[in-house]
Amino acid sequence: MPDRAIAIPDQDDPAVRAAQEDRLRAVWAPPRGLFFKWTDTNNNAVGSWYTLTAFGMMLFAGVLALIMRAQLAVPDNDLVDASTFNQLFTLHGSAMMFLFAVPMFEAVAVLLLPQLLGARDLPFPRLSAFGYWSFLLGSIFVAGSIFFDAAPDGGWFMYPPLSTEPRTAGVGADIWMLGLSFIEVSSIAAAIELIVGVLKCRPPDMRLNLMPLYAWYILVVAAMILFAFPPLIAGDILFEMERLLDWPFFDATRGGDPLLWQHLFWVFGHPEVYIIFLPSIAIFAMVVPTFARRHLLGYPWIVLAAVGTGFLSFGLWVHHMFTTGLPNISLGFFSAASEAVAIPTAVQIFAFIATIWAGRLVWSTPMLYAAGSLVIFVIGGLTGVMVAVAPFDWQAHDTYFIVAHLHYVLIGGSVLPLFAGLYYYWPLATGKKLSDRFGRTAFWLMFVGFNLGFFPMHFSGLMGMPRRVYTYPAELGIGLPNLLSTIGAYLFALGVAVVVVDLCLSPRRKLAARNPWNAGTLEWLALPRSEANNWGVRSVPLVQGRYPLWDQPDFVRKVDEGRYFLPDAEEGKRELVITTVLDARPLQVARIGGPTVVPMLAAITLGGVFILTTFHFYWAAAVSGLAALGVILWWHSMGTGIIPEKAEKHAGCGLMLPLYASGPSSVGWWAMFITMTADATAFGSLIFGYFFYWTIHADFPPDSLPGSAGPGLFWPMLALASVLVGWILTIAARETNARRRIGLARLALAVAAIATIGGGLAGLAGPWFTGLDPGLHVYPAMVWVLVLWIAAHAALGVIMQLFVLARSLAGRMTPVYDGDIRNVTVYHHFLALSALITFVVIGFFPRLT
Amino acid sequence: MMRALRQRAQWREASLWALIVPPTTWAVHFLLCYVYAAVRCAKGGPLLVLDDVRIVILAATAVALLIVSASACVAWAQMGVEGDPPPHDESTIEDRHRFLATAKLLLAGLSFVAIVYTAIPALIFANCR
Repeated sequence: MPDRAIAIPDQDDPAVRAAQEDRLRAVWAPPRGLFFKWTDTNNNAVGSWYTLTAFGMMLFAGVLALIMRAQLAVPDNDLVDASTFNQLFTLHGSAMMFLFAVPMFEAVAVLLLPQLLGARDLPFPRLSAFGYWSFLLGSIFVAGSIFFDAAPDGGWFMYPPLSTEPRTAGVGADIWMLGLSFIEVSSIAAAIELIVGVLKCRPPDMRLNLMPLYAWYILVVAAMILFAFPPLIAGDILFEMERLLDWPFFDATRGGDPLLWQHLFWVFGHPEVYIIFLPSIAIFAMVVPTFARRHLLGYPWIVLAAVGTGFLSFGLWVHHMFTTGLPNISLGFFSAASEAVAIPTAVQIFAFIATIWAGRLVWSTPMLYAAGSLVIFVIGGLTGVMVAVAPFDWQAHDTYFIVAHLHYVLIGGSVLPLFAGLYYYWPLATGKKLSDRFGRTAFWLMFVGFNLGFFPMHFSGLMGMPRRVYTYPAELGIGLPNLLSTIGAYLFALGVAVVVVDLCLSPRRKLAARNPWNAGTLEWLALPRSEANNWGVRSVPLVQGRYPLWDQPDFVRKVDEGRYFLPDAEEGKRELVITTVLDARPLQVARIGGPTVVPMLAAITLGGVFILTTFHFYWAAAVSGLAALGVILWWHSMGTGIIPEKAEKHAGCGLMLPLYASGPSSVGWWAMFITMTADATAFGSLIFGYFFYWTIHADFPPDSLPGSAGPGLFWPMLALASVLVGWILTIAARETNARRRIGLARLALAVAAIATIGGGLAGLAGPWFTGLDPGLHVYPAMVWVLVLWIAAHAALGVIMQLFVLARSLAGRMTPVYDGDIRNVTVYHHFLALSALITFVVIGFFPRLT
Repeated sequence: MMRALRQRAQWREASLWALIVPPTTWAVHFLLCYVYAAVRCAKGGPLLVLDDVRIVILAATAVALLIVSASACVAWAQMGVEGDPPPHDESTIEDRHRFLATAKLLLAGLSFVAIVYTAIPALIFANCR
């Protein structure tokens, strides 16, 4: 017990409560004004924009598909030419994946997760806003290209050499690569936000066994992003190096291999399917118990399914490459894993069916969508098991059978569940219910249209219709299935149009009651929007079951009367309760950032780097990059690691909590750790590339090239030693600072910065002085990419060291409030590890071979 | 001795890291099998006979299954901690502990099956064709 009296407000007094509400309302008020309302960072605003943008992108990509279906309706059609058709299917696939499915998961999670956890916001609201603006900018850039006849046209997986060769692929390939790389940054930002949100921002006492299943799925999916997206980013780097600088990573005539792209793409591309499937099925885990009127059966089985699928989905990537001539034993491993992943996938479906069976089902509109999507998804899953068998895949590969399979999986596993979620959660987002009549009509149009559209594709595929052809001769005998497919696609689109009309009519409808479905989970604490306040929950509840609204007596009243945590905002700050990972014991009251223009500016300037590079405006891109750096430093110096005016505060229920945390108990430390995990995965993918080239070449490094002995030993070892000195001194600075030897800590930081930058430069000196020419062969190109990676990371590391030094000099980092140095040390752990691997590999490996 | 072991296992911290030990074992085993066979085949050409590779894969499989089984045994012991019966939905340390143990046991089962699946190609394919 604290040794002084805590002034506990009297929650029985309506005047006290009203005053608290006024303060909360003021603190969480959204910014107003034509421009300033877009500087909002609250998850309600950002999540809504995000969802609407992603939905718009779905409609856009859907229209592209309708044009394609019109072209394919009859044989020998000439509605669009081959080049336009190539742009249509490439952009349709890319937009549905990168501009709709993944962002939609992030959008829905940003919108729902805080509500589900009874939190007021996510831990890094400005990061969410930055992710949104990045996504918006990148998606306009990529999607808009088709209006200038400059859209990518190499298929959504952009296989080289077709897409790297300047004669066969125009600027569209660069737009794809750089535009989507920029959007991938926002996905990783969302992953960080969501992992920290799930692990550290749960309400007190919501232990891991009580977490809503949606949160379990989000945790798994966000972790998957950390291992799935970075290989694609590494691939993008190699790809753009080849496109812009002619470094021959995928050019077989100079030792490269297009197959490396396929590996890196599909290490991303297959888990990606599960990254968009799991969050959609997660919506089921919330919808099904509500309408079955009972707790979900088999909670640990669902966790098994989510975690198991998350892992196994990484063992499937080569099943997209069954026809590339890999040894049969390799195909066998991936075939086996592809069969195994069916087990956890089925387990969760059985758990849902069992819950429906054991409960008293209410056939609501969301439930109708859920049931329909299960039917479609199971059919897609079964054809998936078929194509997981390599000999069958050899026959079906690149035919319309695959088109049918993937649409059954994605529409059944992702799109229709999202519509279920739309009908279920619309009252939460807007306070109004959608129309059951419209919803059911739309469902049947979509369900019938979908099956009419895609089922015949199984047959046109088996009859020999290849993917990605802009027309076909009448003699092939596939005219009828194609006509049916076109009719079905338009019927499906009509269903979507009915939903859009339903959404447009929504503002004219009357408000629904609070918790209109009588659900049991925390998100339904939200008040209908008209009386709603931006604060999320009136007080952060103490949670003691999986369905507290059903099971905890007087729960809603107690929350509304502010009888739990953080019922007030005395100091006028936006605050969250941070809890422990396993048992959600309260650790800290964290203060989070409010509305600011900074995330938008950061996205615009960083986007400038990617967009200007696409058109080879390198100097302008560099200026934009410097501006981005400036904005991000401004963001960090003004908005993070702020020293609170007092050490602790009363958080409600008589509990005193500290206002500051550093190291592993703080959210910032976790964010850095998670970011660096993603970064390390990208680095690992580059190292994989180095050894991949070693396996395909009899002599690697090649003997006949000048400078082929590699970068020598001297410079790499000097670089390694220098980076390690920087690392050790950074740790020393952290320790001396904690022991109040501030002068010594500052000196250590300054010397560490010099050592780190020296390490980066010495790394570059190796291939420079030994004359390795990256345009000549893939070996020197690979060495250069690795040392450039380290040099760029060393440069960032130096900026961080100097930033911390400046904070210390400005008195904004002290021996107690030392979050900055602790986070920067985590960065340097990873830098040291990657430098060790890089320099040992490029220095010693040529001597071994 | 078994009893002492069981008691030690029962109150070992059931963390998220421990939860992912079985599937991580699957992942490491999977990558090892694939990378080793792929490198040998890339270097040895399509006619290379895989005898020693298959032995390595089977040995790795035995080790992986052992780790997963051990993890399952710990989970089994942890599930036996005193408390009310499933569904472990109380806000108590015991329920959280037993829930994580149950999930880990299920994951161990899945990982066991998946590891066996991975080993099957090594029984069938004798060369690098």
